[in-house]
Amino acid sequence: MRLSGAAIIVECLKEQGVDTVFGYPGGAILPLYDALLAAPILHVLTAHEQGAAHAADGYARASGKVGVCIATSGPGATNLVTGLAAAFMDSVPVVAITGQVPTSLLGRDAFQEVDITGITMPITKHNFIVKDVKRLAEILRYAFKIASSGRPGPVLVDVPRDVQTAHAEFTPAVPSEESNAPVPAAQAQALAQAAAAISQAERPLIVVGGGAVTAGASREIRTLAEKCRIPVVSTLMGLGAFPASHELFLGMTGMHGSKPANNAVHAADVIIAVGSRFSDRVTGDRQRYTQGKILIHIDVDPAEIHKNVDTHLGLVGNTPAIIAELAAACKAKNLAGWQAMLEKWRNEASFVYREDTLNAPWIMRHIAAQTADGSYVYVTDVGQHQMWAAQHLAIEAPRTWLTSGGLGAMGFGLPAAVGAQFGVPDKRVIHFAGDGGFKMTGAELYTAANHDLPIISIIINNNCLGMIRQLQHVFFDRRYTACALKPVDFTAFAGAFGIKAMVASSPDEFAQAFALALKTTGPVVIVANIATDDLVTPMTVPGTGVNQFVSIP
Amino acid sequence: MKHVLSALVQDQPGVLVRVAGMFTRRGFNIESLAVGRTHIDGYSRMTVVVSGDHSVVEQVIKQLRKILEVVSVQLLSDSPSVTRGMALLKVNAGERRSEVLKLAEVFRANVVDISEPTVTLEITGDDEKIRAFTELMAPFGIAEMVSTGQIGLKRGSATIYQFRECGYYEQNVL
Ligand SMILES: Cc1ncc(C[n+]2csc(CCOP(=O)(O)OP(=O)(O)O)c2C)c(N)n1
Ligand SMILES: [Mg+2]
Repeated sequence: MRLSGAAIIVECLKEQGVDTVFGYPGGAILPLYDALLAAPILHVLTAHEQGAAHAADGYARASGKVGVCIATSGPGATNLVTGLAAAFMDSVPVVAITGQVPTSLLGRDAFQEVDITGITMPITKHNFIVKDVKRLAEILRYAFKIASSGRPGPVLVDVPRDVQTAHAEFTPAVPSEESNAPVPAAQAQALAQAAAAISQAERPLIVVGGGAVTAGASREIRTLAEKCRIPVVSTLMGLGAFPASHELFLGMTGMHGSKPANNAVHAADVIIAVGSRFSDRVTGDRQRYTQGKILIHIDVDPAEIHKNVDTHLGLVGNTPAIIAELAAACKAKNLAGWQAMLEKWRNEASFVYREDTLNAPWIMRHIAAQTADGSYVYVTDVGQHQMWAAQHLAIEAPRTWLTSGGLGAMGFGLPAAVGAQFGVPDKRVIHFAGDGGFKMTGAELYTAANHDLPIISIIINNNCLGMIRQLQHVFFDRRYTACALKPVDFTAFAGAFGIKAMVASSPDEFAQAFALALKTTGPVVIVANIATDDLVTPMTVPGTGVNQFVSIP
Repeated sequence: MKHVLSALVQDQPGVLVRVAGMFTRRGFNIESLAVGRTHIDGYSRMTVVVSGDHSVVEQVIKQLRKILEVVSVQLLSDSPSVTRGMALLKVNAGERRSEVLKLAEVFRANVVDISEPTVTLEITGDDEKIRAFTELMAPFGIAEMVSTGQIGLKRGSATIYQFRECGYYEQNVL
């Protein structure tokens, strides 16, 4: 079959089972848009290319499939950058296709020419510029394979306009099934050592990270934890890999982790870390983190072992298989002493939810209770509300908690929620934003309205850049600067897109508004007014021990 | 501590930028980086000299392996290997030309050009030899100098191809 480059791209997308793409057109990508017109692929026009990239990311996080976004050359391509970086930092499979000026103009500073492969080199797993239409299909197939295999990540394919219009022979191919690699025999010894260390541990602890979600290792982790009665903590990215309601779950660990979780990390003698890259927000002081304990690190990426912390035993490869083998080899032991310690911390830290005024922890708890027996995906933006959501939503299942962890990109939430709602249409997306971050990409309400997506957006409105204010409160002696936000009429903003919005300033009003929101079928916005000076607790000082909590003045 | 690494890479556009970019971004210290073609079309070989302790080199190797065009990585400095670099030195020999030529002979440096005041010498050898020769020439006055990065191979029959032979695009896509 002889096809144009643009038609080849469409054929490759179909081959990969792509049903939805997020994008924004422009001159250099128009041939592809023309070919998409007749394709059985839904093109979602976002309000901004950053929105398209975050949407592809949210689609991938929620569904486990590769997300696809499309942009034109120059400004279209540069607008993808934040979205690609967010996907890269959190290892999310995204394929970005960008238009480029014709090959004859490359390097001449042509209209809307930017070196997007140069710009995105450090924030993609790999990228390509296709200069020969004969290689287009091969490169696209490879792009999908790179994005989704091993440690997933974004891949960008830059296609000059003349390559989209040139013709080449196209032979259909079925994507090969990803084979589940067995645990390499070379690791048998490390595995036995790890099993022995776990079996002998007095104070073992499992730390789940984002890689546990990506690898789909929840069942195996649960088997291991339950068999040996090992308590589990989660990083921000790992939430959902282990059910929050499980008796062995101690909560989130890290800078805003719970006291039982962080104390357990500090006190543990053996830590089994699954798919965590030991970010500074998780470890605090990297040296202190591992002192006096055996660290067993399971990850699909060998470069993560020993990258940030000293690992004693690194197990690399197929994460679920490794944990299954560990679980089979480990022996349960009486851990009564350890359990008593944990129980004590748990009791000391039990959270009292204030009900007299509207506050974010209460909102999160209320939503968790109201949505406990349904199918929901929770998506956040970045800031205080993100931490409150992580602490109090009690996430039960993998891929139902979507947050920008590594990059911490404000503006991620709404477009990611849009993408997620397309990715898992039978679940309902609940999106949380701050009043700051919502102003960054709030225009994607347009996309939600346009497709009548049933997203419930909750704006935690504290009239400030809350997380910034909190840092200034704690570390800059309350010298607040550039963090006060003037009130914005978010209901009018939502109304401009034809979206219903409600305002809640008390727990009662919020409960009413949320009940109404659950009954609506389209997009809905709830503006939840909370106090400006509420702070996220607990909190540790970056760069210190995980159990060194600040006492907030 | 200095380590010499050899990488077999696919000859794709941008591969040098990708490798060099990784080194800068991750804060690894490269002393030299040399790239050149091999006897097999489509492949280049890079020799990188990095400084750092053992754990740094381990990270460097792992990060190199994550780059898709990198087919195979070999640590040369952990077993007997040969490394060589080359330098060209333009020395202001003036009246002392015979002295310079004598020293050049001791170091087996070739004379590649002679002009009224200058002698241009070509020297090949490991880092230390080139450094020693440069220091020796310094008092005469070095007008200009250029040197290549070190390149190297393991001694004996072992080759980089025995480490991991991968076809085009058939790599471990971590
Ligand atoms: C794109 C981007 N710019 C700046 C920051 C730094 N930052 C982190 S949290 C935050 C404040 C967020 O304010 P808001 O969206 O109102 O959420 P809140 O903390 O009040 O819940 C800022 C500015 C960031 N994470 N991302
Ligand atoms: Mg705010």
